[in-house]
Amino acid sequence: MDLALKPEHKAFADEVRAFARANLSPATKAKTFSGKHYDKDDHIQWQKALGQQGWLAYTWPKKYGGPGWDVTQRFLFENVLAEEGAPRIIPFGPKMVGPVIYTFGTDEQKERFLPGIRSSEVSWCQGYSEPGAGSDLASLRTRAVRVEDALGDHYIVNGQKTWTSFAHWGDWIFCLVRTNPDAKAQEGISFLLIDMRTPGVTVRPIIMLDGAHHVNDVFLDNVKVPVANRIGKEGEGWTCAKFLLANERLGIAEVPASKRGVRSLRDIARAEPQGGATLADDPAFTAQIADLDLQVQALEMSELRALSTMALGGAPGPEVSTLKIRGSEIQQRIAELTMEAVGEYAAPYQPGMLFQDTNETPVGPDHAPPAAPRYFNFRKTSIYGGSNEIQKNIVSKMVLGL
Amino acid sequence: MDLSLSDEQKQLQDAAERFVRDKYTFENRRKIAATEKGWLAENWTQMAELGWLGMAFSEEDGGYGGGPIETMIVMEQFGKGLVLEPFLPTVVLGGGMIAKAGSKAQKEALLPPMIEGKKQFAFAWLERQSRYNLADVSLKATKEGSGWSLAGHKGVVYNAVSADNIIVLARTSGGAREEKGLTLFVVDGKAKGITRRDYPTQDALRASELTFDKVSVGADAVLGKVDDAFGVVEDAVDHAIVALCAEATGCMDAINAATLEYIKTRKQFGVPIGKFQVLQHRMVDCFTNAQEARSMTLMASLKIDDKDPVVRRKAASGAKVQIGKSGKFCGQSAVQMHGGMGVTDELSVSHYFKRLTMIDLMFGNQQHHLTRYSNLAMAA
Amino acid sequence: MDLAFTPEEQKFADEVRAFVRSHLPADIRDKVKNGKHLIRDDYMRWQQALGKQGWLVYTWPKKHGGPGFTPAERYIFENICAEEHAPGIIPFGTKMVGPVIYTFGNDEQKAKFLEPIRKSTVWWCQGYSEPGSGSDLASLRTKAEKQGDHYIVNGSKTWNTMGHWADWIFCLVRTDPKAKPQEGISFLLIGMKTPGITVKPIIMADGGHEVNEVFFDNVKVPVANLVGKENEGWTCAKFLLANERLGIAAVPQSKRGVAALKAIARAEQENGKPLIENQSFAEKIADLEIQVTALEYTELRVLSTMAHGGQPGPEVSGLKVRGSEIQQRITELTMEAVGEYAAPYLPGLLWQGSNEEPVGPAHAHLAAPRYFNTRKTTIYGGSNEIQKGIISKMVLGL
Repeated sequence: MDLALKPEHKAFADEVRAFARANLSPATKAKTFSGKHYDKDDHIQWQKALGQQGWLAYTWPKKYGGPGWDVTQRFLFENVLAEEGAPRIIPFGPKMVGPVIYTFGTDEQKERFLPGIRSSEVSWCQGYSEPGAGSDLASLRTRAVRVEDALGDHYIVNGQKTWTSFAHWGDWIFCLVRTNPDAKAQEGISFLLIDMRTPGVTVRPIIMLDGAHHVNDVFLDNVKVPVANRIGKEGEGWTCAKFLLANERLGIAEVPASKRGVRSLRDIARAEPQGGATLADDPAFTAQIADLDLQVQALEMSELRALSTMALGGAPGPEVSTLKIRGSEIQQRIAELTMEAVGEYAAPYQPGMLFQDTNETPVGPDHAPPAAPRYFNFRKTSIYGGSNEIQKNIVSKMVLGL
Repeated sequence: MDLSLSDEQKQLQDAAERFVRDKYTFENRRKIAATEKGWLAENWTQMAELGWLGMAFSEEDGGYGGGPIETMIVMEQFGKGLVLEPFLPTVVLGGGMIAKAGSKAQKEALLPPMIEGKKQFAFAWLERQSRYNLADVSLKATKEGSGWSLAGHKGVVYNAVSADNIIVLARTSGGAREEKGLTLFVVDGKAKGITRRDYPTQDALRASELTFDKVSVGADAVLGKVDDAFGVVEDAVDHAIVALCAEATGCMDAINAATLEYIKTRKQFGVPIGKFQVLQHRMVDCFTNAQEARSMTLMASLKIDDKDPVVRRKAASGAKVQIGKSGKFCGQSAVQMHGGMGVTDELSVSHYFKRLTMIDLMFGNQQHHLTRYSNLAMAA
Repeated sequence: MDLAFTPEEQKFADEVRAFVRSHLPADIRDKVKNGKHLIRDDYMRWQQALGKQGWLVYTWPKKHGGPGFTPAERYIFENICAEEHAPGIIPFGTKMVGPVIYTFGNDEQKAKFLEPIRKSTVWWCQGYSEPGSGSDLASLRTKAEKQGDHYIVNGSKTWNTMGHWADWIFCLVRTDPKAKPQEGISFLLIGMKTPGITVKPIIMADGGHEVNEVFFDNVKVPVANLVGKENEGWTCAKFLLANERLGIAAVPQSKRGVAALKAIARAEQENGKPLIENQSFAEKIADLEIQVTALEYTELRVLSTMAHGGQPGPEVSGLKVRGSEIQQRITELTMEAVGEYAAPYLPGLLWQGSNEEPVGPAHAHLAAPRYFNTRKTTIYGGSNEIQKGIISKMVLGL
């Protein structure tokens, strides 16, 4: 048992850091540290740079074009990038559909889809939730009916997906659809890849409580999808779905980002005036940051323990659900304390300030405009990716045997 | 001892409830929030006609002789509808300070028009460095002939955009953060030398940053005694806190009702999600939190005019701690139980959540008032 | 709306205070003040004094020999008794079985049982929970079979508080094993000296003995001791549980607890200064005091509804939940205030008569046992989980 890094790992960390410093645009980096919104270019430019380096699909094995890193390298990679202010990698391609395709797809599908994901040439989004199927995902009703006609073997897809992040930027969407309405809930589902430019696909923005647009409704109206775009067997999509959800939960704890968040919070406390000194001189406030700091450390050690199991060949078990629960709570708490640190200057609503390219000067300090919107927006973290209530049910059932 | 409402108070409650039901549907409120000033003149006129703008003032001042309980009743209903008209800055803060500290001439000039709905006020106290310390004021007022000249900055001044008069807290003597040496001035909202930067707030109100560049006012602009405003301000802010607590109680009732309805109707796994015990217990905790908030608001409303200033201060701070705690719990829980819908702009729940969040930050958050209460309680 | 007491209420308060000061024996007051254990005789002496004054059954209407206090008077009475360090009134007779008897009992039962409760000449205890029936009370299995004019009772009851001091026990027993769980239950009064009853102590985490298991082995109970109709005991049970919840918030005791906690924080030192000058600790006490105030005003709102003819609804369950959490928090902070001196275990000192010297300050040895013991408050009287279940169903309609 050893917490210290081996020399080759130190060298690796240096390499990642040098890469980030050379390739991450200063404007994007500045947005990270000031809490502003990224636009599509911020993400794509950075992801393409990673792709060229062969690092975008950093969790993939060598066989499928990934770097084949060990868990320590992955850990270092994530942490160094967070420290350097890189945007998080949009997970839908590299972390979600990519592994599904190389695990369950045909050779043809692998050849067709994996390179675009590795290079970030193609943007993906996720078609899982529906208005009536949230926590109870298996109750989804988007219908795919198989037809064979002169143009070939197709599915005609009808229905609605919701909470689709970045659908307005997406080239492709991976969808869970119902191919057999007579089977049991989880048994009639298939996993389809749909080109967003197919006629009949409509995207409608959902505006969030902080005024931002990240998520969408996606309407599918007689959308024709070639059968060749189905991953796995018909009616066995739930297997892909579960595989993907388990993968999703692993990175969702966002420990590196939270470590960065605690550091920024301390910086803000040092900058906020109070009683002739600063908020960093207020023991009641710094004690709250300290408490948060310790929570992050506990979470990081739990994640490291899970990674260490994986390094020895074990699979991440259902206990990774606890990482998601605590990780989301911690992200929320960071946002909450940051807003508290800003005080009454969190009240002005300055949506323009959340985009870099404005000429406006902020009301209050530079760190004030994102504080309240972030707090509001981060309420989503305990809801998405399987709400924390659902995660607790998973732990209760799968880990505790209740 | 009797904690029940009188018949007149019940009528007031009914009238305020009706007003909110008629004027503040969710869609209506969205429209009102999108207007330039962020509130409606016809609503303000109706509030004046219903007597709400004068109810907490003495008959001598042109009011109707009510007090904090009447304010509590109306503010609670305002909270249910997320009412946007500037009742708090105009009536509770502005009117309150004028009634308490104003000269006969000032009262006559300002209160009757306010009660008739013809004058609005704003209260400018906060500065960039102040945080929640009411005495952390550096905007300077210096003698200029028989009058004064004001120079400096004020921040997050609610309703400055609509205010006929801005009541400005300025330093006339003493060092930074000294309670002694503060003076209130009643300044014309359009006075020469005031630059305003207006903006909406997270919860759809209007506020402004104000720069005072040698703004000249006469001697008659001084509200109360020179160098001696702190007590007046603290008292007015404590009254405002109690009114905010009542508003928060209304918000909590509304957000809890919306959540309860949602978990009774939203189905997952073949049943309404309210059948799951984990949500039932969380809903009960929301309900209990709102009960406690209501109890503390009632306590503070009953004690805020107590003769003993320590009792008043403890009452206001104690209630603000409770409202901060309960508001956060109800707000966060409501969003969580609504799932993704709770984080959208589309349902009322996120709007109540934002208002509850901002109420906690106004005039000192939960932690600030816990410290204040603690210092008062342990000194006793 | 007015917080102030009327002149009549003020006069009543003076009267109660004068009575407690002149009638509460000094040795009992000292024990309560110092948190020592009371013995049966301590409770009896005080309750009999109250009984003589007609105040022991202070929640009873005049019709049944109570004083017929208004809600405000009840509030005053409870608060002053707590402030003056009177022991809490043992509720099993006065607040539990008494009201059941005058509500559901026949005239003969009223004549036989009410007077000794009013005067505190008998000690009652409660036979509700069973080893297999806790939160799910209606699943109880203690059996009563009718044989002529008697029931033969077999089974066991647990978490029986102070049964080792009791003369009588009121029990829920199953008289119809074939009926649905809640429909085959009856409410029986049983003399503790009846042959076949065995009381076995349960020692608690703090080392104290206050609860017991009670075993019934062919215990013969006259049919005349059945309250209400056979198989309708669940009605009495529910009525009793609702009554129990009202006083269970223990606001006056918690106010006294916060005052005691402040005194301890003034006495304890840290860095050469009283602990109460530690801002973060002082704020924890302040937060607790605010919680107590919120609970008190919630209770006052309920009382005010009752004074205007309304009934306390199931929302009083909320009072039990918060009241019990607050009681626990007081003991938790008290233990925190004492620090490492909470560690020495000196059970002998919990009894007044001990000659042992305390280790550390006199208040120290009580801190940990109280903290451990008070964990019970969120469990008994229907666990807080059960209370939330009740609110969820009855108030929120979920």
